Amino acid sequence: MNDMRPLERIVDTDNVKIAAKNVQVYYGDTHAIKDVDVDILANTVTAFIGPSGCGKSTFLRCINRMNDTIDIARIEGNILLDGEDIYDKRVDPVQLRARVGMVFQKPNPFPKSIYDNVAYGPKIHGLARNKAELDEIVEKALRRGAIWDEVKDRLHASGTGLSGGQQQRLCIARAVATEPEVLLMDEPCSALDPIATAQVEELIDELKETYSVVIVTHSMQQAARVSQKTAFFHLGNLVEYGDTGDIFNTPQDQRTESYITGRIG
Amino acid sequence: MTDATASGAAPERRHTSLMTADKGTRRRNAAEARFRAYGLAAIAVGLAALVILLVSILSQGLSSFRQAYVTLDVPLTAETLDPGGNRDPADIASVSTFGYSSIIRDAVLNTFRNAGIEIEGLSEDEARGIISPEASAQIRDRVLADPELIGQTVEIEVLANSWIDGYFKGRVTDRTAELNSNVSPAQIQLAQAMQDAGILNVHFNWAFITAPDASDNRPEAAGLGVAIIGSLYMMLIVLCLALPIGVAASIYLEEFAPQNWFTDVIEVNISNLAAVPSIVYGILGLAIFINFAGLPQSAPIVGGLVLTLMTLPTIIIATRASLKAVPPSIRDAALGIGASKMQSVFHHVLPLAMPGILTGTIIGLAQALGETAPLLLIGMVAFVRDYPAAPPDGFFDPASALPVQVYNWTQRADPAFVERASGAIIVLLVFLLIMNTLAIVLRRRFERRW
Repeated sequence: MNDMRPLERIVDTDNVKIAAKNVQVYYGDTHAIKDVDVDILANTVTAFIGPSGCGKSTFLRCINRMNDTIDIARIEGNILLDGEDIYDKRVDPVQLRARVGMVFQKPNPFPKSIYDNVAYGPKIHGLARNKAELDEIVEKALRRGAIWDEVKDRLHASGTGLSGGQQQRLCIARAVATEPEVLLMDEPCSALDPIATAQVEELIDELKETYSVVIVTHSMQQAARVSQKTAFFHLGNLVEYGDTGDIFNTPQDQRTESYITGRIG
Repeated sequence: MTDATASGAAPERRHTSLMTADKGTRRRNAAEARFRAYGLAAIAVGLAALVILLVSILSQGLSSFRQAYVTLDVPLTAETLDPGGNRDPADIASVSTFGYSSIIRDAVLNTFRNAGIEIEGLSEDEARGIISPEASAQIRDRVLADPELIGQTVEIEVLANSWIDGYFKGRVTDRTAELNSNVSPAQIQLAQAMQDAGILNVHFNWAFITAPDASDNRPEAAGLGVAIIGSLYMMLIVLCLALPIGVAASIYLEEFAPQNWFTDVIEVNISNLAAVPSIVYGILGLAIFINFAGLPQSAPIVGGLVLTLMTLPTIIIATRASLKAVPPSIRDAALGIGASKMQSVFHHVLPLAMPGILTGTIIGLAQALGETAPLLLIGMVAFVRDYPAAPPDGFFDPASALPVQVYNWTQRADPAFVERASGAIIVLLVFLLIMNTLAIVLRRRFERRW
């Protein structure tokens, strides 16, 4: 069991999609993320758990440089995507975000038609040469988002007219339409009812065949259900990272155990 | 048992019947009722002010859209109008309005004879005084437009004098005419007889909207044509300059500019500019556009530039407010799928902010349309009788503007101009109403698209 300790963990380096090394994040004077080292594997669902304000969403937003939009945020350390430092000066965040897609906590479809929502990404990245190809991409994305059957008859209705769960699946479809390699999900089910949550979780399970999925969640049950790897964050530190089963059954750190059993957080 | 003593710790709060309100509740309800009364009173005062304003303007100004006209049988004698006899347009044009004076006299006498009206106790000049001094110009224009008429006797409708016109609108009565050197009771009686005979009619006056301004002694001929064109030209310039500059500045400041002391200074100054008295912009325009850049005075281009400067802060503030109102989740969504900053702004944020931007722009334009003070300083108050040419050349021709025309007319002595000024205010209000309606319609339309 000792190999579950972060420092002693042996990972298959061929399989590592994202490697974070010694990442520090500051919001002004606040040290929000401290010394985070984590290797996120390809074709795996990795869950970030932890109490509110522990930095898991902040770290997630570092992976596709969404923190760039916050003026006071400052990031140190390295995050490597396929061995390339994404914070290198030569990296254009726009290009990065096309490869690392993101689904947000609150469903945020564009106030446009369902079709345009999904087609927007492929259009700006030039993934389709003509209307027929675009139609195909949109259909494929909506099918992957497990929402095709519900919306195929009203593709030109507004995306904001859908229910919350449908909107979130539309957002997932929109994210996968640009063919990313990594999909970041920031509490994607927090605004959804249990049925919609189940649909999204099922979807996440299918998505890991193609993508590396990183999901931030407040629900430990959800983390246990969908993920293969789990990372526990506490007060800006990565406390423990390992196979989901091990984290939940035999946590090594006192804080992890307290959180999982409901004594903190 | 300790619970029982604890519940008795607040003996004042006794359970009374819900059917009677207790003291605190009554006080709160009374305060609420008072507040509602204040609110209603405030609205009532506002509405009353609006009603008084509208009633006073409409009652004074509506009559300017109607005007007394006299139908004359004009003998267009060839010897007077075309001395050469060869119907050469240049020759005909060389006869000035003074040359038409005898024609008018003949026409008036002719008309009275035909209508069977006796001129008792009035000299020929007094009888002629019923007709506006503008009549000779009206007849001359008619002849120049159609030289074939020369040699015939033609029915031409000419303006009645403003005092006679005032009699039919209740501004002049027999009593006031006795004290007035401009009009006599006998003339009024004659005018009444003319109306009875059907040669004097009061009807809708298009010339008030289309004609240029007229001199002090002929208010009946004064119109808003040049002022309306001048105002339209200026609005066109303001729209073409202020909208793109204002929107571009707001987008930069709101979406792209870094947060530092420099942008803070700009921000504060824009807010301050919105509060700068408009006459200051007039002085600025005079100094920069006329004295330094050498643009012509009284020209819509200068007025438009000055009003653009004045409207910019309004548009920038409105645009920034509506950009701020677009939820950040939309920006995140666009950035999250790999849109660039500019794509996220132009594809998603700007369309959502469009209704607010358009409303702000139209309100800014409406403000500019009603602005007088800066235009006085750049010479738009000049007396302009020639219509400006079509744009873009017309932007450099002298013109007037609607609010300046109002100001101008209220300065003149003849009471007929008071009526004209009120009429001009009505036209101005109609334009403002149209613009505000447009703002509402555009807003609805753009909001429905989403």
